Amino acid sequence: MTSRLLSYVTLTLVLIFLLGPFVIIVAAALSGGETLAFPPQGLSLKWVMKVFEVESFRASFALSMFLAIFGTLAALVLGVPVAYAASRYRLPFGETIRTIVSAPIIVPGIIVGLALLRYLVIPLDVSVGVALFIAHTALILPYAVRVVSASLDNLRSDIEEAAVILGSSRVATFFRIVLPNIQSGILAAFILGFVTSFNQVPVSLFLSGPGVRTLPIDMIWYMEITYDPSVAALAALLAFLSISIVFLAERFLGFSRYV
Amino acid sequence: MSDETYLDLSNLTLAYGKTVAVESLNLSIRKGELIALLGPSGCGKTTTMRAITGLLRPASGKITLDGADITYVPANKRHVGLVFQSYALFPHLTVFENVAFGLRLKKLPTVEINQRVEAGLAMVGLSKFHSRKPAELSGGQQQRVALARSLVMEPKVLLLDEPLSNLDARLRLEMRTELQRVQRESGVTMVFVTHDQNEALALADRIVVMKEGAIEQVGSPEDVYNRPQSRFVADFVGFENIFPVEGDGIRTEAGAMQLSAKPAAGASGLAWRPNMVTLGEGRFEGEVLGAAFAGGSREYLLKSPLGPIKAEMDAAAPAFEPGSRVAFDLPPERAAVLERM
Repeated sequence: MTSRLLSYVTLTLVLIFLLGPFVIIVAAALSGGETLAFPPQGLSLKWVMKVFEVESFRASFALSMFLAIFGTLAALVLGVPVAYAASRYRLPFGETIRTIVSAPIIVPGIIVGLALLRYLVIPLDVSVGVALFIAHTALILPYAVRVVSASLDNLRSDIEEAAVILGSSRVATFFRIVLPNIQSGILAAFILGFVTSFNQVPVSLFLSGPGVRTLPIDMIWYMEITYDPSVAALAALLAFLSISIVFLAERFLGFSRYV
Repeated sequence: MSDETYLDLSNLTLAYGKTVAVESLNLSIRKGELIALLGPSGCGKTTTMRAITGLLRPASGKITLDGADITYVPANKRHVGLVFQSYALFPHLTVFENVAFGLRLKKLPTVEINQRVEAGLAMVGLSKFHSRKPAELSGGQQQRVALARSLVMEPKVLLLDEPLSNLDARLRLEMRTELQRVQRESGVTMVFVTHDQNEALALADRIVVMKEGAIEQVGSPEDVYNRPQSRFVADFVGFENIFPVEGDGIRTEAGAMQLSAKPAAGASGLAWRPNMVTLGEGRFEGEVLGAAFAGGSREYLLKSPLGPIKAEMDAAAPAFEPGSRVAFDLPPERAAVLERM
């Protein structure tokens, strides 16, 4: 009886810990007051509407979307061949390649951001936009390689030999036989990469310049100047966006199999 | 079946990196023959098959097919079919599209593709399964699809890797008959790999027994079953009592022993199946260690001065109890004469 009670208490605490911030943000977003506060003062949708009127939010949202979509695509273009080579051939430096590819997960984002700023943006005079694109691609690459590797490992390699014996070239076999069978893995990698890129803070922090900011960075800047609930409203909107993407992915792809 | 060589492997050496799997192998196969490559795992039979398909490049040697040197022709241009042990069907394609895959690559007219796929599926009795995905088929059905997929390409040689090993006993018999029928109807030259002597004996026109990357014996099923040439082949096809020849008799644990007649000249060993051992009378005596009822017969394990002896008697004959002593004989006229020990 006591252990049962204890487990309910633990469960409740965990749920509060996980969902609490989310509840507070949503409540603050629906506040009728003028400052970010909890409990909210009154109830209104005005801050949610305001989000769409802030010019810098629109620009940074566009940039974040661009980075999330094209950064992930670039990571997949690089990552799928890496995953394929790692799973099908015994490479001489296979383990080293794996480690290098997953380095961006292990190395703290702050360091990656600082390094890119110091050795890419400053000496080479690379524009901040390009640096952001490179950084996001590199950060998503490990996820792309991992998720695609998982689905390649589940695909028997003898079907490729079967296709070759039936007259298909190696390259054609990759497109006709391998790709169609790992497409849900690739889609899962895309979603994971998209969400990772969209929520990225530490690296983007170093690589933001005048007028070039990703959405999360822009939200921090906005809060330093204006302390109104529109940031909470935006955060709530983003949370709903992420949740719906992951929910749909789980529903149609069985997303959790890959992550 | 013509007498001319159709597929010829000459001095073929195959290696994975520095590990030599098959060394200087020579084998000639006639058109329309059904050949079994028989041997335990690791004997090089699958490696040999992969070399014929072109999936493995030979380290040295030559492969000729239908008069053309194909040693270095890539696998996708060889006109050789392969039915994988795991079937290797394309999971994202329907049965129809699996069978049509190779034909579509050939850019044949749609009408012809449809006809050939239909004919192929009819041949293996799967006409009604067109639009199923491989995952919705049983193991036996998947194998038929794999067979049809290879056959519609009209390969010059069809290779099958352990075609019956993944099927249950009843299906195995059915598929065996099916393979023979398909081979008769299509006339295709078939080479199949197996570790199961019964499969090889029942299916093949000729059996190639392999051991450690080399051919031990090539012969008809009767030859291999009744007249094994080496100790390895004898052991593999069920001769469980094998003794080297010494002087005018055999060498046993108790030293040289005379038999009722001299072994043939040039013999280096003699081998008896359990049912060739005479029980109840004879020049030797042993103790029954174990007895097992096997339906039509009883199997005995004897401890004797010669070494352990395995014997088999008709179940109708009186049984010997474990622990009792029994006379036995190894009749030389029934033994298989081995050239190599």
